[in-house]
Amino acid sequence: MSEQGEIIGRRVGRKAMPQIKSNLARRHLAQKAAFAFLWLAGLVVVGALLAVVGYVVAQGVRVINLDFLLTPPRGGLSGEGGISTTIVATLYLILVTIGIATPLGVGAAVYLVEYAGEMQGRSGLIPRLVALARFGVETLAGVPSIIFGLFGYALFVTAMHFGFSLLSAGLAGACLILPVIIRATEEALRAVPRSYREGSLALGTTQWQTIWGVVLPAALPGIITSIVLSVGRVVSETAVFYVTLGGSYKMPTSLLSGGRTMALHVYYLAMETRAFDKAMGTGAILIVVIILINVVINCLSSRLMIKG
Amino acid sequence: MPIRYVVDRGVRYLLLLSALASIFIVFLIGLFTLREGLPALWEIGLSNLLTGRVWRPQRGEFGLVAMVAGSVLATIGAMLLGVPLALGCAIFLAEVAPDSVRSIVRPAVELLAGIPSVVYGLFGMVVLVPLVRQIPVPGNTGFGLLLASIVLAVMILPTITNIAEDAIRAVPREYKEGSLALGTTHWQTIVGVTLPAARSGIVAAIILGVGRALGETMAMIMVIGNSVIFPRPLGNNPLTLFLSQARTLTGNIAVEINYATGLHESALFATGVVLFALIMIVNTTAHLLIRGRAR
Repeated sequence: MSEQGEIIGRRVGRKAMPQIKSNLARRHLAQKAAFAFLWLAGLVVVGALLAVVGYVVAQGVRVINLDFLLTPPRGGLSGEGGISTTIVATLYLILVTIGIATPLGVGAAVYLVEYAGEMQGRSGLIPRLVALARFGVETLAGVPSIIFGLFGYALFVTAMHFGFSLLSAGLAGACLILPVIIRATEEALRAVPRSYREGSLALGTTQWQTIWGVVLPAALPGIITSIVLSVGRVVSETAVFYVTLGGSYKMPTSLLSGGRTMALHVYYLAMETRAFDKAMGTGAILIVVIILINVVINCLSSRLMIKG
Repeated sequence: MPIRYVVDRGVRYLLLLSALASIFIVFLIGLFTLREGLPALWEIGLSNLLTGRVWRPQRGEFGLVAMVAGSVLATIGAMLLGVPLALGCAIFLAEVAPDSVRSIVRPAVELLAGIPSVVYGLFGMVVLVPLVRQIPVPGNTGFGLLLASIVLAVMILPTITNIAEDAIRAVPREYKEGSLALGTTHWQTIVGVTLPAARSGIVAAIILGVGRALGETMAMIMVIGNSVIFPRPLGNNPLTLFLSQARTLTGNIAVEINYATGLHESALFATGVVLFALIMIVNTTAHLLIRGRAR
């Protein structure tokens, strides 16, 4: 082996050395060019974010003041007034959506992680239902939001006679965020160490007592993360609410009154009244809310990491 | 039997029910969209709907070809612009970026995903429309497929980058070490070993990006112009196709649903059925790929 190597070495000899060297140089040059592109890609992403956030916030702060936040919109071609009712409508809608989706989503996640885990590969009715449930979550997560809107319009607005209302929009929105909550909660539950469950079960508790007393408290930061994530979805969602909430800028008074979220307000201001300054102001507030939500999520998940 | 065992049993089935809520909702969505769309599918016919070139609800002409073309072209444009950027960013985050840079770029990607689509639309209308309008082609309004593609490219970037980065990170360390030990450069290892090993995940990421692009609604309404015309080049250069205005399937539903009645309304639900079917095909392909990788 070594003899052969020596022969080859001798044969290649010195003549080949410059070639090898230039090959190496070429390879390093290719790497430099490629990495330059990769750095550029990272830079463009940060640049795009800064451009959008920077521009909207810079334009937005010009119209934002206490008056803007506290007076209702008055309509008109220049989008007069503030955005108070849209803030209220957004908050109500968050409450309705989260209120409906959280118990359902957390319940589903608990079942899928705690009860359904042992059924993989078994036959029978319940394992089949579990596979169906998983397929449902996967599918629901991929349904585009305008389809949720159509569905909400057909079922809640028309068939169930809820009209364009917080209730219709909340129900349709709950369907939209259900997979978000299920997936994030599943992740949180999986991060709870097995030994916690074993320790509790060894004390003679039932499985539900273990889940309620040990697993859910341990997964709480993760579950809260999932709720905060869905709040972000509701705040930034438009298509679903565009076809189920009606768009009235009057103050909502009950579950059955229509309304306009802040995101919808941006749309109406930009498309119908062309009041771009007010739209920028509302958009800037949306961006600040989303940034805050991201900060909260990062704090929560770093707490989770430390615990785990 | 002690009461706590009864509770345990009861809760178990209650939770099973909530786990089944998702599939029940999917079923309801299918049922109601189809039920409302059926009159149109019956009266107009699926083939007329899919091949008709004219959409004039007042005259009872319901053809979706222009909107399908709008959706597909905007998606293709977004992919051409967004995929290299998104994959570059994914490779950058997974392989190249130092921790300090990563800790800036990663949150930036997350934030891009969170920004409301109306804000992207607004930014497009106010900032990008005047820029695109600079392109000297007669009939160029600034609104149209090019603008839609740019906005969409940024919107789908987080989807693609996140999934592709996960796929790249999942490549076993030994593969890379083996390659590096052979004397390759880091870049040669990325191209020759890491990316091929992560291929199915990367393809899945791109396909999910396509699904996301096809489903986007509000930002598209705001920047694409919404004319119900079959997109065609404005000038002699075929690339001016992208300066043409268009309308997406999603936009068609959202713009008209609130005032549509009768057959028109039903035709919009049929549009939803077409969109739903399109996206289901796309997403299922992606999930099969991801699952194939997991095995």
